[in-house]
Parts: sequence; structure tokens; C-alpha cells
Amino acid sequence: MIYFDNSATTAAAPEVLKTYQTVSEDFFGNPSSLHAIGNKADNLLTQSRKQIASLMKVRPDEIYFTSGGTEGDNWVVKGTAIEKHQFGKHLITTEIEHPAIKNSMAQLEKLGFEVTYLPVDKRGFINPADLKAAIRSDTILVSIMAVNNEIGSIQPIKEAATILEDYPNVHFHVDAVQSIGKGLEALLQTPRIDFLTFSAHKFHGPRGTGFIYAKKGRMIAPLLTGGGQENNWRSGTENLPAIAGMAKALRLLLTNEAAKVVQQRAIKEKIYQHVKQLPKVTLFSEDAQDFAPHILCFGIEGVRGETVVHAFEDHDIYLSTTSACASKTGAISGTLAAMHVPEKIATSAVRVSLDENNTMAEADAFIKAFDQIYHRFEIINS
Amino acid sequence: MQYTEIMVRYGELSTKGKNRRDFINRLFGNTMKALQAFPALQIHAKRDRLHIILNGEDSQAVMAKLGLVFGIQNYSPTIRVERDMNAVRQTAIAMLKEQVQQGATFKVNTRRADHNFEMDTNEINADLGDIILNAIPELTVQMHKPDITLRVEVRLDGIYLSSQTILGAGGLPVGTAGRGMLMLSGGIDSPVAGYLAMKRGVDLQMVHFFSPPYTSEKALAKAKELTAKIAPYAGSIQFIEVPFTKIQEEIKNKVPEGYLMTIQRRMMLRITDKIREMHHGLAIFNGESLGQVASQTMQSMAAINDVTTTPILRPVISMDKNEIIKIAEDIDTFDLSVMPFEDCCTIFAPPAPKTHPNMEKTRNYEKLIDVEGLMAESIAGIKTSEIRPDQHFLEQDQAEIADLL
Repeated sequence: MIYFDNSATTAAAPEVLKTYQTVSEDFFGNPSSLHAIGNKADNLLTQSRKQIASLMKVRPDEIYFTSGGTEGDNWVVKGTAIEKHQFGKHLITTEIEHPAIKNSMAQLEKLGFEVTYLPVDKRGFINPADLKAAIRSDTILVSIMAVNNEIGSIQPIKEAATILEDYPNVHFHVDAVQSIGKGLEALLQTPRIDFLTFSAHKFHGPRGTGFIYAKKGRMIAPLLTGGGQENNWRSGTENLPAIAGMAKALRLLLTNEAAKVVQQRAIKEKIYQHVKQLPKVTLFSEDAQDFAPHILCFGIEGVRGETVVHAFEDHDIYLSTTSACASKTGAISGTLAAMHVPEKIATSAVRVSLDENNTMAEADAFIKAFDQIYHRFEIINS
Repeated sequence: MQYTEIMVRYGELSTKGKNRRDFINRLFGNTMKALQAFPALQIHAKRDRLHIILNGEDSQAVMAKLGLVFGIQNYSPTIRVERDMNAVRQTAIAMLKEQVQQGATFKVNTRRADHNFEMDTNEINADLGDIILNAIPELTVQMHKPDITLRVEVRLDGIYLSSQTILGAGGLPVGTAGRGMLMLSGGIDSPVAGYLAMKRGVDLQMVHFFSPPYTSEKALAKAKELTAKIAPYAGSIQFIEVPFTKIQEEIKNKVPEGYLMTIQRRMMLRITDKIREMHHGLAIFNGESLGQVASQTMQSMAAINDVTTTPILRPVISMDKNEIIKIAEDIDTFDLSVMPFEDCCTIFAPPAPKTHPNMEKTRNYEKLIDVEGLMAESIAGIKTSEIRPDQHFLEQDQAEIADLL
């Protein structure tokens, strides 16, 4: 089996599952309970937060646990809107965000907020000048993803940050779900960033857990109110087995990160160079340094993406039609549409997404399967 | 830059007349203790400087530890080269290149301990100035207040170059002032008071009162963790935990509400004074700041202080809360101090404690409890431990958690 759909989700690491089970059994207390069993759990929660903060090079009180990327995105967008609506009702995002951002924005639009969607060029990048032009006196939030989940373009976060230096009151959120562990530490540590969203299952952690970074001093309203957990920002009994598992997964992910990134980029490069030379292949990703090392999006002219996915499945190779979230509905990719890729071509798109467990041998096997599939459709379509 | 030694300049020591030798010996000992993680170092205490020969140890790591040693005014990472001007020139250029910023100014400052060296001071200054200007065009010479001063010392055993002077922790070497007891609650003020006491050379021991089940194990652990936080300034600190439950219950039972706090504090002070005597201390320190709370008015202090003639020193007496918080943040105790565990000063706190307790009434109300008996019982239950900087107390199950995470 060759699993090339790591941007959809990753397999939980065995060490992580071991932590999950041990914590479920031995640290079952509620961290809010006053007695020793509660203290034991609370202590583990504190240590997990501390470890994640130290890996991210931030303060422990800047880390808030969530149920994953969708919650993180929803929280920062709507939490900003609730917290800051008296200062303005204008938000800025891009046309290529994950639906968790886009649909949160759409909900706010119905409530009277205004949203500017920054366009992208044909390579899939926003233009910082557009951001500058879009900022108004009533802008309260700018939300830009670091790495696009469909084609892997790395957005100009540093440039956006520089522009936002002049607008210190605007919250700057970066959806970092696809960028953690991909050699982008310096980008994610841009000082002007106020909020970052992460999801554990994208890096071999448990499902249903994630965290946001919220810079000390920045406020967002809670979406989940209740018992006052997470410094009263996000109530609900903490999902401790998943949180501890995530802390472990993050440590494992960032160990030897540089070497793992080199390996993923090499695999992507190998596949990229191979498919590039074929006349009926359209490439939506590039091998340039401003594209993430693990995402490669392409299409075979005249063949629907889902057909290609199923064809690879026969070879026990698993990829996806762009974003997994949209693939079942058959909707065409939001990113490719924003890049003005004609619908007929956009429907051919498939996405290979790698992680540190993929190997060069798998790249070779993929290429072999690809050639057979490509040849078969060449004959059918000729 | 591979430095060969760190040259350490003493602070106020130089003004201390014939006690000087003791001070230097103490600073030497404290420095050795602070740097014990670096076995290759050789440390020589001279009359006006301490020389730390690095022997390959990492200068940055050594300097980070040095920054916590009281009694050090400043220090300079230094390179020793052979008495050969070519070597001096090369090293000088390499050293300044590391520091250079656009538009920076510099000067060369040479001293000769060996007047037989082939070039004199002015010749060396001019020679190096020329070479550096040619090699690093971004630099310009400025004699008055330059950004960078390259110090060159010609000695018999080699030529020493340095270009940075880093500010040390200042103060006096810990131990030179004698021993004192700190009444450590776990709040923001007392750790700051302890830090300031150590800065003036006090060999500090912590006295902490705890009252289970009214205070939790966590409150005790927090006080220990705070001690570990400021332990780097002393190497290690003795922590004395005093059981206080029975005394508090007795007082609550027998003493009128308005005087609960005053009498409690008097008992704490009596016990601390007794411990001070047992441990050969000279003074008691606390974190009181004038007027901050009911027990810190001058009337309250007088009524509490009434139980002893031992000097009670209050390093933060005149500071505003914000000033204290600033220091707490600098020494990284603030985040710990604000963790919300109840300490024994807040339990049984009456809704309206007397801010102006009457001395006579105070003395009379205290007679309602068995002062001597309660003190003896409490002191019999004291536990003492030595706390080192690397110890943690708030975090349990460390090994198990390390495995999980």
C-alpha cells in the first residue's frame, strides 16, 4: 500500500496511540478536580501544553487546545468578530482558504459583516499589494493560510506581516494546518502573526484534537462557553488522551524535521520531473521553493480526477481529488477556480500529498503505475 | 569566535578595603559553584580580576551562567594570541567582523604590562587601527564613545584581545553579608525580596508556613518551585517548611476576629526568629511593601515587629506593585507567583482586619493562646531540604510523563 493522501489525514503513530491508551487508563481524572487524581491529570495537561509551547517557541499560556483545524479556524474568525465588532465589521481573507475559514466568513456576512476575498494569480499566490489596498479603518481581521491545501503554494505571509505592522489593531490569523513540520518554522514564527491554527491528525496525532496559538495580549471571544477550561477561553472537559498524544506527535514530527523535508521534496521532485514531460499532463503545483515540499497537484487532460484516483486505487496507491473535504461532493476545487483554471481542466486535478514515512521506492512504484494509467487513457481518448 | 578566556571585573569589591580578600575568595567560590557544569575551566582569582580560562568550553554557555553571579560588575570574552603582531592583526579583524554593523565606530585601546615589547602602545593602536579600517570598510574611527572598543593587552605570556564588555549581575557575592531568613509566602513580593537580599550578599534561607488541609500540597510545591527559580543566584538554597495549621486553628478559636491576622503574623515572626537563632542567622527578610495590605501599614508592622529585636529587613518596602512585578518578571518568578493556590496568609483572613492594631490589645489577646507550647510543637515539626536550581516540584510523575510525551 502506498499512501499519498497525507494532506487529508495521516495514520496515527504507534507511539502516539500508546500514549493515548496509557493516558486514558492511568490519567482518567478530570484535570479540574481538586483531588490527587485530578491533579495528576492536570499536571499532564500542563506538561503537554508546555511541551507544545516549547516546540513552537512560544509561551505555554499562548497555546489553547481545540477539537482540530475546523474549530481553530472558526474560533479565530468568529471569536474576533464577536470580540471586536464594535471596532469594525470588515474582515479580509483569500479566495483559496479552507472551507472552515470561507464558510465562517460567509456566516458572518449574513450577520452584517463585510468580507474582502483576496484573489490569487494563476500560480496560486495572493498579491501583498491587494492586501494593502483592502485594509480599511474598520478592518478587524486578516486571515491567510500559510500553505494552500490543494496545490501547496506558500503564501507571502512575511510580506503580509510587514504590511500589517502599520495596522497594529488588526488581528492576523494564519491557518497553519498544512505547514507544520514542513520546514516553515521561520515563516510561522513571524512576529506579527497573532493567531495560528493547527490540527493533530495532519501530523500523526489523534483525531478530534488540535490547538491554536494566540499571542499574549490578543483577545478573541470564546465560542464554547461553560466550565471555564483553557483559561475560560474554550470550555469543555479537556480531551487529555488526545492532547498528550498530540504533544508526542508534535515532538516526533519536529525531530529531524530538516532531513524529513529534504526527503519529501526529493520524492515530489522525482514525480514532478516525470509527469512534467508528458504532453497531456497539466501541473497545478510547481517544484519551486515557494511551493510546499509535500503537495503535488496535477491532472491528466480529459480524465476526471476521481477516475484517476480510482485507477491508482487498483494499484494500491491512494491519492485524492484536491481537497478531501470537497472531493465527495464533486465540487471543483476552490483554489483552481480562484486561479481561473477552466472548469474542464480543473475537474482533472488530483493531489499527491506526502509525509515523512514515504520513500523514494514508493515514488518509483507510483511512476510505474502512473505510466500504465497514462498510457491507458491515452489510447481510450485518442 | 573561539574565545580562550573570559575576563571578569569585580563590582563594588574594590572599595571594600581589607575585607577585600574575603570578598574575592567568596566570589571565587561562588563562581566555581556556578560553573561546575564546565569541568575543563580553570579559574584564577587575581587582585582586581577573575580570569576564566575556557580550555575549549563554550563561551556563550559559560557567560550565561556568569550573568547570575552577584559581585560581578562586567566581563569580556577574550582571545589570547602569541606575542606576534600578525596573529594580533588577524584576530582583531576576525573579532570585529563578527560585531560590525553598518556605520559603527571603533577605537583601539592598548595597554602594555610588558614594556619590553617591540612596539609601544601608540604604535600598536595606530597599526591595528589602519589594518581594521582597510579590512572592514563599514567601520570608522571615533575616539570619544565609540560603538566598539578593541582592548589589547600585552602581557609576558601573550597578547589578549577583547571587544565586548557585558554587564554582570552587580551586587555583592552571596554569603559576604552573612545569613538571613526570608519569610517566603508564594506571592509576588517575597521572592523579589529574596532576590534583592541575595544581590546584597545575603546567604538566604527560606522559611515557609503551610497549613494543610487549608492549604494544598500544590501551595507548598509552588513555594519550593519559587525557591528553585532564585536558587541559581546562590547555587542552592535551604528550604524550611513550618507546619502552621494548629496555630491558625487556635488563634481562630480564641482571638477576636479583628486581631486574627496580627497575632498570626506575630506567631510567624516568633517562629522565624527562633529558626534564625538555631541557624545562626543575623536578620529576617520579608516582602512587605508599605501600605500594600492591612498587615503592611506602619501600625501593623509595629504591632507585629513587637515580638523581636532582630533586624527585619524589607527590600521592597518603598516599591510600588508595578516596580515589584517588573523585577518578578525579570527574574521569572511572576508567572509562578500568580498561580492561584491559597497560601496560609489568605486563609482565615478576616473580612476586616485591623489596619491600626492597638499594641496593648494585641499583647493581651495573644495571652489567650499558649504561645510557647504552640511554637515548640510547630518547630518540632519543621522539615528542611536543600533546593537546587534544576529541581521541579509542581510537576509530578516526571519519568512517566516524559515517556508519554
